[in-house]
Amino acid sequence: MDEKIYGWWLPPDVSVHGAKIDQLMSVLHWFMALLFIGWGIFFLYCLIRFRARPGHAALYTPVKAIATKYIEGFVLVVEIFLLFGLSTPVWLAYKNNVPDSAKALHVRLVAEQFAWNFQYPGKDGKFGKTDASFISADNPVGLDPEDAAGKDDLITVNNLHIPVGQPVMVDISSKDVIHSFNIPVLRVKQDTIPGQMIPVWFEATQPGHFELACAQLCGLGHYRMRGDVLIDTPEDFAKWQAENAPPPQEAPAAAAPEEKK
Amino acid sequence: MSVQQHTATTGNGHGHAHDGHGHHELPFWRKYIFSADHKVIGIQYGVTALVFLFFGFTLMMLMRWQLAYPGQPLPVFGKLLGETAMPGGVMAPEFYNQLGAMHGTIMVFLGVVPLAVGGFGNFVVPLQIGAPDMAFPRLNMASYWVFLPGCVLMVASFFLEGGAAQSGWTSYPPLSDIAPPGQTAWLFAMVLIITSSLLGSINFIVTIVQLRAKGLSFWRLPFFVHAQLVTAFLLLLAFPPLEAASVLQIMDRLAHTSFFLPSGLVVSGEPLKIAGGGNPLLWQHLFWFLAHPEVYVLILPAMGIVAEVIANNTRKPLWGYRLLVYSVVFLGFMSFIVWAHHMFMTGMGTTMSTFFQITTMIISIPSVIILTCFIMSLYGGNIRFTTPMLFATAFLPMFAIGGLTGLPLGLTASDIYLHDTFYVIGHFHYVVAPGTIFGLFAGVYYWYPKATGRKLNETLGKLHFWVSFVAINFIFMPMFFQGMAGLSRRLYDPTIYAHGRGVQALNVVISWGAWTLALAQIPFIINFFMSLKRGARVAENPWNATTLEWAAPSPPGHGNFLTEPVVYREPYEYSVPGQPNDYSPQFRAEA
Repeated sequence: MDEKIYGWWLPPDVSVHGAKIDQLMSVLHWFMALLFIGWGIFFLYCLIRFRARPGHAALYTPVKAIATKYIEGFVLVVEIFLLFGLSTPVWLAYKNNVPDSAKALHVRLVAEQFAWNFQYPGKDGKFGKTDASFISADNPVGLDPEDAAGKDDLITVNNLHIPVGQPVMVDISSKDVIHSFNIPVLRVKQDTIPGQMIPVWFEATQPGHFELACAQLCGLGHYRMRGDVLIDTPEDFAKWQAENAPPPQEAPAAAAPEEKK
Repeated sequence: MSVQQHTATTGNGHGHAHDGHGHHELPFWRKYIFSADHKVIGIQYGVTALVFLFFGFTLMMLMRWQLAYPGQPLPVFGKLLGETAMPGGVMAPEFYNQLGAMHGTIMVFLGVVPLAVGGFGNFVVPLQIGAPDMAFPRLNMASYWVFLPGCVLMVASFFLEGGAAQSGWTSYPPLSDIAPPGQTAWLFAMVLIITSSLLGSINFIVTIVQLRAKGLSFWRLPFFVHAQLVTAFLLLLAFPPLEAASVLQIMDRLAHTSFFLPSGLVVSGEPLKIAGGGNPLLWQHLFWFLAHPEVYVLILPAMGIVAEVIANNTRKPLWGYRLLVYSVVFLGFMSFIVWAHHMFMTGMGTTMSTFFQITTMIISIPSVIILTCFIMSLYGGNIRFTTPMLFATAFLPMFAIGGLTGLPLGLTASDIYLHDTFYVIGHFHYVVAPGTIFGLFAGVYYWYPKATGRKLNETLGKLHFWVSFVAINFIFMPMFFQGMAGLSRRLYDPTIYAHGRGVQALNVVISWGAWTLALAQIPFIINFFMSLKRGARVAENPWNATTLEWAAPSPPGHGNFLTEPVVYREPYEYSVPGQPNDYSPQFRAEA
């Protein structure tokens, strides 16, 4: 992992949707700096110009300040622009324009104290059924052993592998407390709420090894609930999937493909 | 006035100084412990709150060691805290989480609110409206004596098995539902503390509406009283939902209900034996319905103090007094419909999030207006830089930083990245610490002469201010950079993450800033006690101020005023042309 990409400001953005978020943050911080410095100069001017000293008296009549109305108007206009021109469209586009499900890689996430369990559907493209009653140390997501669709499912812990250039849709949930699925470089954050399955999507633009962090206090191990995000080229990703696929089914289970029909 | 006389008489059990009855002494415990006098209760609240502010700050100073030097044993103090909390002097993650949850809870509910409302509200409001006491003095006493056991229970929970509450000051279930018994203590303590603020809030509303002196119309009230009135309505209307929610969480924990627990939970590999069917997000809605107005409960009284101190020290009327009043009333209303901006990342629908995003932007407008009014109040003044004025002046840029950095958090798109990072910590601490707490310090220095009859030492006060001001910015400014780097809050060891290692150097800066800030409080503590005996004695009106509290003796006796005050003019008539003095008090017929 390249440590040098992390400094005192935003880390690089490797997502398709993140550029607009970064742009909004940049506009916001310039606006904030402008306002603060403007106010600050006037504020310091007042403190120095109107300090108490012999022969100086205060002005009883309030000053007619047209400028303040303009400044407040300016703040209002900028806020309306930030709201309706930048933030809302970016948010709505990200939340509503979900990529075509057929083209996306689907992954499920079941978070727990203090690990991220990912379930990939395998070659058949179908997730095996899961249920809380099947959860055990060897079966962190509670995959139903009887369900044929689950036989080829790939389970990884604290390890999210995704390909570049393909939308990834993660259905996230939690088996115990609230966690928050946070990949800073992908500009993705979503709370995992037990009892709910919430969809999240993103698309990576370049390969690399990055971090998945838990953003919501989830107990004494919250700080070490860290995962790796490995973004591969499509070829490497396919290779990884093939290498890690569960071993081919033995004879008793060979009936499984037929059941599917 | 008959109502006023009546309540004061029945409430205190005897007549007050100016109505002609003999003034018999109360026994010590009725005068100073179980007192119904608003001034004594105000001071009780104030001193209790200052103690808890320092205690809450101490918890944070411990955490700052772990953040600056993760995994290293804490010298000296590490051994004192016991093997469970700090095995071998190194902080345990559970203990870190307890410190975090208790720091937030104590600073907000045991520190700032009691000081701002219980302390200054109680002491100053009746004086500023010319009343002999609060409308319901015994209710007032009950409020403090419900509050104090709540505080004791909250702090005592550290000694329970498994320690104090450790699920954040927000106590989100399911984590809080399955936490050790300290959480139950937290919930019971919250029930007591909220009950106490309910009792107080009703008292404030009735007092301000009913007991104003003759001539004191609403548009002649000092801005501080307007701020306290709005605050009282927030306390009255926003706090009950969390009290109800606390009872529900108590039920979840003790009676095994499932208000906040969905079905199918598996904790540490074991299925949780509960009925299920609840929803953890219900708690978040109830919590933030309280906790967002709570932010304004913290800031409004501080704004009120800043207004008083600025008018007094610029020697001119506040600029835009009515605009200020309209703005705080509007802030109060709006604060009830912005709560879900704390929950943008919980997966709410886009209609909901857009609504809350819009209301959040709207609420920033009155804040901008208030700040503008304060800055314009400086223009044309004859500014005396007394210690209270230094704190009030510093409030303005600090609150501006706190307010501005709220923008990227209130806008949904940027909140995706910044939510639950250190950016949030920086943002609200700028509002609450160098914002609200500086405002409260301004109040301490400003009204200390009224409460004690003696002034605090100016040299020690200025030392306190300047070191605090510099140190506090070294604490909170770097947090914005940590947040921009993506560092999550509430991490026991941030160096686990590569993006945390990138900003670890800042953690060392912040921690040393925090410890320096602690040292800066030493001159204040010395000053506070030393001036009780050695401070310069003052008459009624040491600051040459205009509002009614300065008509009463310093300190005011039982019943407050020697003669019934009458109000003749607006609250901030400073530097009126053609007058011999640069102040024309509300209470003098001739200016």
